[in-house]
Amino acid sequence: MRFQYAPAPESSSIVDIRSSYGLFIGGEFVDAKDGELFKTINPASEDVLAEVTAAGASDVDTAVAAARDAYEHRWRDLPGRDRAKYLYRIARLIQERSRELAVLESIDNGKPIRESRDVDLPLVAAHFFYYAGWADKLSYAGFGPEPRPLGVAAQVIPWNFPLLMLAWKIAPALAAGNTVVLKPAETTPLTALHFAEICRQADLPPGVVNIVTGAGETGRLLVEHPGVDKVAFTGSTEVGRAIARAVAGTRKRLTLELGGKAANIVFDDAPVDQAVEGIVNGIFFNQGHVCCAGSRLLVQESVAEEVLDALKRRMATLRVGDPLDKNTDVGAINSAAQLARIRELSDAGTAEGAERWSAPCVVPDKGFWFVPTIFTGVSQAHRIAREEIFGPVLSVLTFRTPAEAVEKANNTPYGLSAGVWSEKGSRILAIADKLRAGVVWANTFNKFDPTSPFGGYKESGYGREGGRHGLEAYLAR
Amino acid sequence: MSTSTHVGDIARSASTLRGYLHGLPGVDRVGAEARAAALATRSIKTTAKAWAIDLAIRMVDLTTLEGSDTPGKVRALCAKARRPDPTDPSCPSVAAVCVYPSMVPTAVAALDGSAIHVASVATAFPSGQAPLSVKLADTRAAVADGADEIDMVLNRGAFLSGRYLDAYEEILAVKEACGSAHLKVILETGELATYDNVRRASWLAMLAGADFIKTSTGKITPAATLPVTLVMLEAVRDFRAAAGRQVGVKPAGGIRTSKDALRYLVLVNETVGDDWLDPDWFRFGASTLLNDLLLQRSKLATGRYSGPDYVTLD
Repeated sequence: MRFQYAPAPESSSIVDIRSSYGLFIGGEFVDAKDGELFKTINPASEDVLAEVTAAGASDVDTAVAAARDAYEHRWRDLPGRDRAKYLYRIARLIQERSRELAVLESIDNGKPIRESRDVDLPLVAAHFFYYAGWADKLSYAGFGPEPRPLGVAAQVIPWNFPLLMLAWKIAPALAAGNTVVLKPAETTPLTALHFAEICRQADLPPGVVNIVTGAGETGRLLVEHPGVDKVAFTGSTEVGRAIARAVAGTRKRLTLELGGKAANIVFDDAPVDQAVEGIVNGIFFNQGHVCCAGSRLLVQESVAEEVLDALKRRMATLRVGDPLDKNTDVGAINSAAQLARIRELSDAGTAEGAERWSAPCVVPDKGFWFVPTIFTGVSQAHRIAREEIFGPVLSVLTFRTPAEAVEKANNTPYGLSAGVWSEKGSRILAIADKLRAGVVWANTFNKFDPTSPFGGYKESGYGREGGRHGLEAYLAR
Repeated sequence: MSTSTHVGDIARSASTLRGYLHGLPGVDRVGAEARAAALATRSIKTTAKAWAIDLAIRMVDLTTLEGSDTPGKVRALCAKARRPDPTDPSCPSVAAVCVYPSMVPTAVAALDGSAIHVASVATAFPSGQAPLSVKLADTRAAVADGADEIDMVLNRGAFLSGRYLDAYEEILAVKEACGSAHLKVILETGELATYDNVRRASWLAMLAGADFIKTSTGKITPAATLPVTLVMLEAVRDFRAAAGRQVGVKPAGGIRTSKDALRYLVLVNETVGDDWLDPDWFRFGASTLLNDLLLQRSKLATGRYSGPDYVTLD
């Protein structure tokens, strides 16, 4: 290549990472009573970033009690317009500190700064702004004349969009008058802990937001805690099932946003160049660590060769590497464990006879990396067509007729999202109507907006986040 | 379509040409604009910036197309084209000087002995609303006076009324009148309005033998934009794959800053790659752009900004 882009790293000096973090309970950072310390690392370099506390049973107890106290004495009965003031304040502080938070997100998660800066952080702020607007208008949301909050919400979020998932959980809960105990994922706790600082900066009443860090055990303690009224979880279907079992028979309300294996359907009359962009954005955005990723490409057989040639040509221009470089398109895989899972499933794809092609690019020696990869000749029976890989791996299948496309798209236990590419409006509407997926994108993919509800069918979970619908999970009639 | 004989088949009749142009994949406006905007966030620094600025200077078609143009003005422009930065011999020359046909003899004389091309607009620029015989005479006069590049305007009246074959045959005729001079076809994308039209017009011009396709006359707003140039780059890429012939691209009008120019070069780099990163295959039609490139060039070399008084007017 003649035009070599010089390194353009975003400076990490804007963010001050402490060597260790306690738990954020009752408006203060506190040391754990019975928890242990664990390390969070930078997946692009494997350097240790900080020590973080794994909350134990009595820590979770304290956090839930703090949330209960705040709910009963400082938040539930606060007029909606006053709750809105805090949420607006938080939204503005996020905007003001967005560069710092974007850098921190990229360091802890491995996602490119271009995404954390241009996608994650603007959406995080937008979510708080949007739900701030609802806080004094709940009577008009369509959930009864005087909807009431539920109480204390236990919220467990994944590592793929740490701060954005936090916003999806906390903003509607607080707007509706609930208080929360949130557990970020063990590999990406740092932005949630910096968000705790923002809560202090915004003078949010103590205990309204509590952050307990830790791994699966802390999450289990939290969702099973008897003092919790509502459980909201985003993550794997496997863990979602365990949570559903644990809360069954209790008074707790539950919403789950789980895995996906979305079909991205390209018809022969698609705008090819934009469809290729959509395919790339659908599966390589955020290293494919996206529950609604377009991980199955269904392309009409009559244009399959043309589309695949264009896709490979486009993939060859993807820039994989340092997440803090402003020109990086694909960053680091979030953890060694996730990398191992991606490798295992990709190897299964090869073993089952699918043809593997990877973009020609060099990845750094240290850190967790996986080169963007596509599998062609994939059939519905292959594991890579059925299981969620949660990495930059695309399975390509073909179809002959619109009916076959719908059949194949729906032939999955999941139903979170789908994409349709066609220049024919009537076809898009007809197909979208038949797809069993919570979100169907037409001539685009992976577009998010706080006003738009998001959630799944079947094993992709239940309940909706975002929009007016997202309030329902946090309100009683 | 794999050989040039097939190209001829496409324009066998009005209906075959129309069928072919309307059979090209559509362009989704939102998607094309999003892609162009995403590439515009590329961060080009230090060595990459220095390389790109020098390349951009070498790609400039330094242009003056005013009713007030005089031989004196054109001679001054030609001097600037030869040595854009008189204080720095390492600064490259521009690709071409672009003038009206009446100014061609002056430009040819002023650029004698240099490798700088003389481009002339022709065919009743900028509207193209003249009889074909006048357009051909315009072209022949410019070529006879020594222009080695002709920037003609697409017959938008014919194109927009669906008379694709008329527009095609007009380009064929002008191409013939050009002889060995390179033919750039100005699509005037601001008047074509949709990206689907831009793609069709690009193919129409290439099928008719254009050596370059150019966005705009500079007399209509909007002139060159990143998404329009993206669609045209996709067209030349696909045309080479189909017909085996490489065609150049020239965005013109409205590109005023180095930052703009770098964004175009990123677009070229990531859409069509190395083969087009050369003044033979990509040009900027511009007048004020050159001075900003020179200012940025000296800033990179010296570490400080000079000012408008430290670059020459023209």
